[in-house]
Formats: sequence, structure tokens, C-alpha cells
Amino acid sequence: MTLTADDLRERTRKLLDEHDTADRSAFLQARFDAGLAWVHFPEGLGGLDAPRALQSVVDAELAAAGAPDNDPRRIGIGLGMAAPTILKFGNDEQRKRYLRPLWIGEEVWCQLFSEPGAGSDLAALGTRAVREGEDWVVTGQKVWTSSAHTARFAILVTRTDPDVPKHQGMTYFICDMHAPGVEVRPLRQITGEAEFNEVFLTGVRIPDANRLGEVGEGWKVAQTTLMNERVAIGGHAIPREGGMIGIAAKLWRERPELRTPELHDRLLRLWVRSEGVRLAGTRLRQQLAAGSPGPEGSGMKLAFSTLNQEISGLELELLGEEGLRYDDWTMRRPDKVDFTGREAGYRYLRAKGNSIEGGTSEVLRNIISERVLGLPSEPRVDKDVAWKDLPR
Amino acid sequence: MTADLLYSDVEDDLRASVRALLADHCEPSALLKRAESGEPYDLKLWRALAGDLGAAGLQVPEDRGGHGASAREIALVLEELGRSVAPVPFLGSAVLATNALLATGTDHELLGKLAAGTTTAALAVPLSSTPDTFKSTVEVADGVLTGRVGTVADASVADVLVVPAGDGLYLVDSGFTVSELVSLDLTRRVADVTLSGAHGTLIASGAAATEALTAALTAGAALLASEQLGLADWCLEETVRYLKGRYQFGRPVGSFQALKHRLADLWLELVSARAAARYAADCLARQDPDLPVAAAVAQALCSDIAVHAAEECVQLHAGIGMTWEHPAHLYLKRAKANQIALGTAGRHRAALATLLDLPG
Repeated sequence: MTLTADDLRERTRKLLDEHDTADRSAFLQARFDAGLAWVHFPEGLGGLDAPRALQSVVDAELAAAGAPDNDPRRIGIGLGMAAPTILKFGNDEQRKRYLRPLWIGEEVWCQLFSEPGAGSDLAALGTRAVREGEDWVVTGQKVWTSSAHTARFAILVTRTDPDVPKHQGMTYFICDMHAPGVEVRPLRQITGEAEFNEVFLTGVRIPDANRLGEVGEGWKVAQTTLMNERVAIGGHAIPREGGMIGIAAKLWRERPELRTPELHDRLLRLWVRSEGVRLAGTRLRQQLAAGSPGPEGSGMKLAFSTLNQEISGLELELLGEEGLRYDDWTMRRPDKVDFTGREAGYRYLRAKGNSIEGGTSEVLRNIISERVLGLPSEPRVDKDVAWKDLPR
Repeated sequence: MTADLLYSDVEDDLRASVRALLADHCEPSALLKRAESGEPYDLKLWRALAGDLGAAGLQVPEDRGGHGASAREIALVLEELGRSVAPVPFLGSAVLATNALLATGTDHELLGKLAAGTTTAALAVPLSSTPDTFKSTVEVADGVLTGRVGTVADASVADVLVVPAGDGLYLVDSGFTVSELVSLDLTRRVADVTLSGAHGTLIASGAAATEALTAALTAGAALLASEQLGLADWCLEETVRYLKGRYQFGRPVGSFQALKHRLADLWLELVSARAAARYAADCLARQDPDLPVAAAVAQALCSDIAVHAAEECVQLHAGIGMTWEHPAHLYLKRAKANQIALGTAGRHRAALATLLDLPG
């Protein structure tokens, strides 16, 4: 039987009736066990095998009741990337072990993908995993790792066979961030804080039971992770003037003395573009709900990053003299990502990352032009060459 | 927001019918030949579109002689007309004049004739008009209209004019002359209309006339976005097709990243344009109070995006894009004229500044 919006509304109200929303942790556990965490997941794993679009019904009911949420900003990598990958490629044991504490937020996850020599060209990565009995021994260096300093587990891609072309010799693991040989060093950014880290892996032993997918199939598993990452960005409904444009519009209304004709024109242009992208997001969700996802999702993250950068830049100019100040250069290690938090200078600098993290805008344009528009790829010189023979 | 931004199955069927009809009539060579002839509009196509397919009366209620569909379906027809830069008086008659008549609320038999395509009408305002910039140049005394209106869309084939004059809105079916201009847009003509002692039938006066004119111009802006979307869609599709097949430097030109990124950006603009155009059409269909914002957003986005798409189409076809025989120029001319029609993007942004309380 397929569940309807009414069924889910009823189940959500029952959850609210039977559990105290004041006890955050207990409520989140009860919500997971009631299948209302992510309704499209299987029963017993926080879901009800319901259509994904119906999650919004549950979320709206819970928000109206003032129920606690699981702070997706803090556990975004686990929710958006690790969970869908574990669901698709994990075995029953792995799903049972990891998904519940992940969703509740007891265990934070990070993502050990990028390397100093392999960022956008992820398949070039060189962190080695060598089989030793029931374990794999991993050595290498990862970079740009958000939340590594708070994470309990990581999703990790490694090189297990250097003698085959780069896309073939990779294997995907779950890595215990508390294991001997894992060292996390903060990487200070242009904002002054260290939201990211470098992670050094030196002889880290990972049991074969923590492998996700087959040996040598790591690229296929990683594709699932990355696809979900881009879907997760821009995936939720925002009201008109939600996000960065709302901050700029509010400032414009409250500070008439800052207005100039040139800034007015730019603000209106950005307002119109923001509204267009917001409506495109609404349309995308309607397509998903109707079961016919269009290619629009590929572009949303690209659109948001461009807008965030332009709007935050405008905000600083609008502030004029005040824009010369910065709130605080103290080196901090925040435990969550907050693009719009703090003050205008921070927003401007942090937004520079939007077009780099989660796939650079250049890579996203390649994806759109090749997979959506069907244009031919650039000639590849690395496709049929063993990884160990590639220049680097 | 309860707006539906998708296309329904019925709309998809309608699209297929309109596209099939246009495929038979809008071959680029035929369009060019017609543009240089003494008969710039394809009136056979117009009769088939309006009469046989019923496209002109989609927005007209059944009890007033139409098909009782909605502005959403009209928008869809406009997408297809934009894709083929069809030389038919659809904007002037089925959109602008029809919406003016619908807004007056009079149960005029003319609506039924417009819906059937047996009569063609035009709204006698300069095509660049917006509700807040329009000023009538026609004087009226005892129901007799005198004056000149420049750049009226589709006037050259209109049997009837809907004329704002004085503080009223009049129907005029004789006593006017139309002098065809050399139009920037070869497939949608503008003409000067001169009324010298024409007898008009008053259909609305005072505030009701202003409201009807505002409604028509707002509906026109909201719906023109769909024509712009369809036009941009053709430009992108055609450019992608060309770049896949054109070889230079030993590779398909479309494999060069410099060009791929431009097309990816254009595609992304189109994603926004489609959402904005659908939202405007849906607001119009539901008479949602957000319609003024929706129409202004749709025009501010779609008119510039259509021009960008047409300009990219010319540039990326390179020398071929500059020729008379390739249809790219027909799209560029329509796109540029449309950018001015019913308010430029800048005028719509200025309107938004007021609507959204973001004053200059």
C-alpha cells in the first residue's frame, strides 16, 4: 500500500502526541524509529518506503509544532552523502550499525575524497589501500575535509590497484576517524576560521567489513555520493527573499542613506535572478514529486553559488565605509557550516567557496554541457593509461 | 504558493498539435520569402491555428464563444510560436485585444469571432507600452475618435481595433488607416494607425477602462515571456545541434570547453526563464494577487535571456549566423523587438522596485 500525505500527517501527529518535544535526543530517536526521519528510506532504517516528496509533509507538521530537528547543517555530509551511499552499497549489518546514530546526530561524518593532487580530477587520487589479511592498510593525505575535527566516521575513497586506468582501481571504505594513524590538522581559510582540515592517514587499518561496494568499484560508489551531494544542495523550499538576497533587501529597506542609483539597479537585477532561481527550484521539486525529475537539478548549485557571490559582494559595497570592517579574524574551528552567518565581510569571503566546494562551477558546466546538452567531451589523454603511468 | 509550474498532459498534447501545424508552415525559406512579399502574415496558418486548432480562443470562456481553457494553454501556444517565429497576429489579437475585451466584462460577440479566428483585432497602443507609461494619443468627442498611434503590433491585418481614447476604451471597425512600417522584427510587423473621425463603440470608461488596459498589458507581459522562452529554447537547441556537427581544428566545435561553458550558462538561464514564464502564466490563469510581480519578474528575466540566446546563436554559428539565408537573424530580430515590447527589462525592474518596496 502506498502511503499518502494524510497517512504521514496522521503518523506525525501521533508521534507528537506520544513523545515530549522538549527532550531533544529522545524525540529524535522516537522520530527515527517511527520511520519519519527520511520517509523514503526502508522501514526499520528511519523510513517508511514512502515517496520522497512526502517528507515535506512531515517536516511542515513538526516545524509547526516546534519540534527539535537534527540540525542538518551540522550533520550535512552524513545526511546528504554518507547515508544514501550506505543505503545503496552497504550490507544489512552496515545499514543497521550506521544510519540511526548518523541521522540522530550522535555520530558526525566527514568525507575523505579530495587530495592535494586530486581535487576536481577526483579519479586521480593516490591514497593507497593495501590488503593485509582481513584488513586494509591505508596511507595517504586528504584535504578540504569539513567537520573532520568533529567526525566519528568518514567515507573514504582509496587506490587499491595502481596498474589499471584511474577509474578502475579504486575502492570505497568507511573509516573510523578515531583509529590509530588518523591525524586531523586544521586548514585555516580566507575567512580566518578553519572550517576545513587536512587529514593524514598513516598505516590506518580498516577491516574489510567496512568496505562499501566491491573491490575496484570505488568510482561507481563515489558517483552515488557525489550525485546526492549536488541534489542535497538547493533541495529544500525557500520563500521569496529567502537566503542571501533577503539579507541584502532588508539592508536596503532599513538604510535609505546607503542607496545609490547604481546599487539600486544591481540589487534589482540580483533580486530578479534570485527569484528566477527560486522558482526553478520550486519547479524542480514539483517535477520530483510528480516522479519525472528533469535535468534542472544539475544547475541549481551553480546558480546559487554565482548569486551568493554577487549578492554578498554587493552587500559590502552597499555598506560603504562599514564594509571596510571585518567582524573577527580569530582562528576558530566551527562545528557547522553557516554561509549566511556572521557579518557581511564573512559572507563575501565564505561565498567564494560556493563555486569550489561540491564540484567547481567549471566541472558543473562540463557536466551540464555533456550530460544535459549532449555536447562531446574534450579529448582525454588519461582514459586508457594505468594510474601509475599518469604524469603528476 | 499553490502555483503549478509544470506542463499538464493536456498541455503536452496541445504542444504536439501546434508544433505539427507550425512545422508545415514555418520553414525558414518560406518565412524569408514571405517577409519580403507584400503579404507578411501567413493568414492560412492563422486560420488553421485559430479556427481548426482553436488556439486563439483558449483563454475565452465557453459561454463567450471560446474554449474555456486558461492563460496557461495560451502561454504554451506562445512557446511554440516563439520557437518558429511564426508570422501570425496571435499576440495582437488573441493576447492583447482579447485580454482587453475579457477584462471589460462586457459580453461582446466580438470575443467569439476572435476566438474562432474569423475576425482579427489589435490593441491600438504602441507595442512598447506598459501600464505605468501608457498615455493615450487619441482624442474623443461624441464617440468620434481622432489621433495617431505609432508602432501598433499586428495592426496591418486587424479588422477591428480596441482603442484607448480619452478616459474610455472603444471598439473601432472602420474609419482608420494603417500604414505599414519597416519593422525591425520581420515576422511580427508594427504599423502606424491613424484615426480621423472614426466612430467608436464605448466598451469601458473611467476606472474600468484603465483597469481593462492595465489587465491587457499585464497579461501581455506575463504571456510574452512564454514566447521569449520558446524562442530562446530554439536558439539553444539549434546552436547545440550545429556545434555537434561542425568540425574545426580536427574536433567537433562543441567539444571545446570555451563554447561548452557558454552553452551551459545559457541552458541555466533558460531553466530560470522557464520557471518564471510558467509562474507568470499560472498566476494569470488563477488571477493570483502576485500577478504584477510575477509578470514583471518574467519579463525582466525572459526578455534579456531571449536576446542573449539569439545573440549566442548568431555568434556561435559564426559566418553562417550572419547570413540572410540562415534563420538565426529572424530570431534575433524577434528577440530584440520583444525586449522592447510591453516594457524593457529595465522598466519592469523599476516596476518591481515599487511593488517590492525596494525604492531607489
